[in-house]
Amino acid sequence: MAFQQHKLGAAAIGGMLGLSMTITLMFPSFDFRSAESTWVGLDKSLSNGRVIGFSYEDPTVTGANKPITVILDKDPKTGEKIDPPMRAYVYEPGVPFAPAVRHPANTGPTVSQLSLSVGKMGEATEAQGAVFAINRGEVNGKDWDYIENLTALKGWTPADTLRAATDENTRYVGKGKTVYITEGCWWCHTLLPEQTQDWQIFGAPPMLGDFNGEMPTAFGSDRKAPDILHVASRNSSREWMDMHFFNPRLVQPNSIMPRFDYLWGETDAHGNKIDFDKWRTEYKEYRAGTRIYPPEIPEYAGNSEVRALVDWILTSLK
Amino acid sequence: MLIKYLFAKNEDIPAGSSSVFFGFSAIFWFVIGTGLGSFNAAKLAFPDWVTGSEMFAFGHMRQVHVLAVILGWISMAFAMTMMYMTPALGNTKLWSEKLGLWNAFIWNVGLSLGLFLLWMGITSGREYSDIIWPVDLAIMFGVLLPLGINVWMTIAHRRTQGIYITNWFFGACVFFIIVVFAVGQSPELFNLTGLTEAYMTFWFAHNVLGLWITPVAAAIAYYTIPKLTGNPLYSHRIGHLHFWSIIAFYSTPASHHLMSAPLPEWLKSFASVEGVLILIPAVAFVANILLTMKGKWSMFVENIETKFSITGVLLAIPLNMQGGFQQTRAINWYIHGTGWIVAHAHLALLGMSTFLEIAAVYFGLQQILRRKLYSLALANFHYWFVLIGFCIYWISMTIAGLIQGAGKIYEVPYIDVVVAEHPYMIARWVGGTMVFTGNLVWLYNMYMTAREGTVVPAGRYAHEMAYER
Ligand code: HEC
Ligand code: HEM
Repeated sequence: MAFQQHKLGAAAIGGMLGLSMTITLMFPSFDFRSAESTWVGLDKSLSNGRVIGFSYEDPTVTGANKPITVILDKDPKTGEKIDPPMRAYVYEPGVPFAPAVRHPANTGPTVSQLSLSVGKMGEATEAQGAVFAINRGEVNGKDWDYIENLTALKGWTPADTLRAATDENTRYVGKGKTVYITEGCWWCHTLLPEQTQDWQIFGAPPMLGDFNGEMPTAFGSDRKAPDILHVASRNSSREWMDMHFFNPRLVQPNSIMPRFDYLWGETDAHGNKIDFDKWRTEYKEYRAGTRIYPPEIPEYAGNSEVRALVDWILTSLK
Repeated sequence: MLIKYLFAKNEDIPAGSSSVFFGFSAIFWFVIGTGLGSFNAAKLAFPDWVTGSEMFAFGHMRQVHVLAVILGWISMAFAMTMMYMTPALGNTKLWSEKLGLWNAFIWNVGLSLGLFLLWMGITSGREYSDIIWPVDLAIMFGVLLPLGINVWMTIAHRRTQGIYITNWFFGACVFFIIVVFAVGQSPELFNLTGLTEAYMTFWFAHNVLGLWITPVAAAIAYYTIPKLTGNPLYSHRIGHLHFWSIIAFYSTPASHHLMSAPLPEWLKSFASVEGVLILIPAVAFVANILLTMKGKWSMFVENIETKFSITGVLLAIPLNMQGGFQQTRAINWYIHGTGWIVAHAHLALLGMSTFLEIAAVYFGLQQILRRKLYSLALANFHYWFVLIGFCIYWISMTIAGLIQGAGKIYEVPYIDVVVAEHPYMIARWVGGTMVFTGNLVWLYNMYMTAREGTVVPAGRYAHEMAYER
């Protein structure tokens, strides 16, 4: 057989797919690359670390080796008061840096230029760890948010910074986002108010530069529950969140949100074993009307998953 | 029983073994997958049903359902049909039965591993690409590539002059799925981030449907319908129109899944237009198959495989009408992210695609095993349970989606939407459970066919023979 249909066919098929991929993958990539990161984008990238989900640094996806976000009200080195308190991102030695730091081009041409020249971002090393913050600077008459390496600029070390912040002002944002991913909250919730409506109830939709360096974006495609991109602006009560996660029906009787009581772990804040069975029995009595008040929910431990989750919600979802 | 052939010489393996292995694996995953679906549906209707452990949490199980049905049921059923249709249409033998058997074996192991890890919460957090990248690589090189090699080599070694339309689809679609899979998983491998990651996730999700699930399902119908009815395909040219327009129009509208994300506007508009053009291959396909049925419509009632096949083709009509228009801006803003989309997804996968595959698996297993179906009554039970269950699912979720859409534009407090949707959530669970029950019966029926079905004499088709039982 001289003429082989499948050879001509294979070439035609490959050519068509190639053209389609040029239009739908290569062209958009030019748009994405030119996007300048906003404050939101920088904040997400710095607080999430290199990647959320399965990775070398976190193979069991428990939120290990993530940066820690702190709210500083005093200078970790000099002890001077900082007013208003500032947000900083602490990378302990060995914690992989965020894409915004590893690949500065990710943050857009101008922002990466500022971060490298003014912010000294390039001087940070993963082996020694670093403390980053977001600052504002002017280029060509326009204000830009950029990343500062405070270890280089002010000599703040990760250890000093964590000590200065104390547990009370520490927010495990990266770990909290990890819980959001592993627990599949994003199968019900979205992080993407729509451009066409949603403004009044769920708030402003995100902008082009809000995602630079975020992995995974996981903004969700299927909404069975409120959009929570700005939930902390509507409701910033930690107590409400705690009760709602332990059993959503405590605060919203008609909710279909699952209980996340298992995020409390085995022991409570005081190291006592949590008696879930007892709680369930008492809750049943409450639902049956033989008890007036629902049982108290346990106080969670400082390193529990739910702590990190609520930290993330109240810090990042404003 | 087929495991013993894994280490046999290729010549010693009976023709069709890999097809049988794939076929039973597919049915098995179908039962598992729909069982998980039904469990998930119950969780959404009754959130306090099974609680207290992350292993039974909705967020841990949803992706397991989705990937079990897509990679287990649908894709394995595709592999099953490729393993027997490709050689039959090339008038030759499968290039390597041994490779086929190993393919099926590794597929089962890899998928079990990937799904187990997902269940444990070890995920990459990307919809449809949830499986972590080491397992992705195993799927790429242990599952998709061997499948491709087997199909391509069989086509290249064919003993016919031309290539029938089904084989055009098979050969091209395995190539597409390999490329699409590689592109889709690349953000994890190369740490691509931000909107690039989001867009590539949905580029993958879209093309897995557009260049794999729907075209391969259609290709299967191009084989089964002429084979069952004895009519030649109405027009091979229209078949080619379908084939080439799929590549041109279906590979491009990925961004219509992200209409409300801040993607470049030109990209969204482009996707919308291309999306409507998908109606070209869709109409070509449906018309071609229905015209092939000419004079044989009685088989739609009498013959179980034709019944499944034609139902699948008929379901492609609403599917494509929805698909073409729901992604335009004028409509998408209303239904985006609602239950409507879930209904649409099940119309495509559980409706159109699954019905076409069920027919091919029924037909193929009887042909290869040379056994007539064990029980027609059970097969009819299967048909009606899957069809009615699916309809309940589809209708209830469509209504739920419209309620959600209304809630969205009138900005009613979200909890009121949750309350209003509740009855439909229960209905969905009932429908899904019917599908699951039907599948259990199917598994039993096929098992009994392999063991006790009437033997079909050489040179005859199973569906030509009367039931002896
Ligand atoms: C089965 C779907 C489902 C899952 C999974 C789910 N939620 Fe919800 N969630 C809901 C629904 C429905 C509501 C609205 C009713 C209510 O307030 O409980 C809600 C409400 C909320 C709210 C309050 C929103 C507001 O506008 O006030 C927050 C915050 C929240 N969920 C966070 C989470 C987090 C974090 C997770 C994962 C650990 C999660 N949800 C998992 C369904 C879900
Ligand atoms: C072959 C059959 C099936 C296939 C291919 C399939 C496929 C899918 C897909 C692709 C999704 C994701 C939908 C989306 O995000 O828009 C999904 C979700 C789901 N499926 Fe299925 N499905 C099948 C059968 C079933 C059955 C029998 C049930 C039982 C009720 C079921 C219940 C569900 C549920 C509850 C969800 C989650 C929906 C949501 O998150 O809102 N599925 N399925």
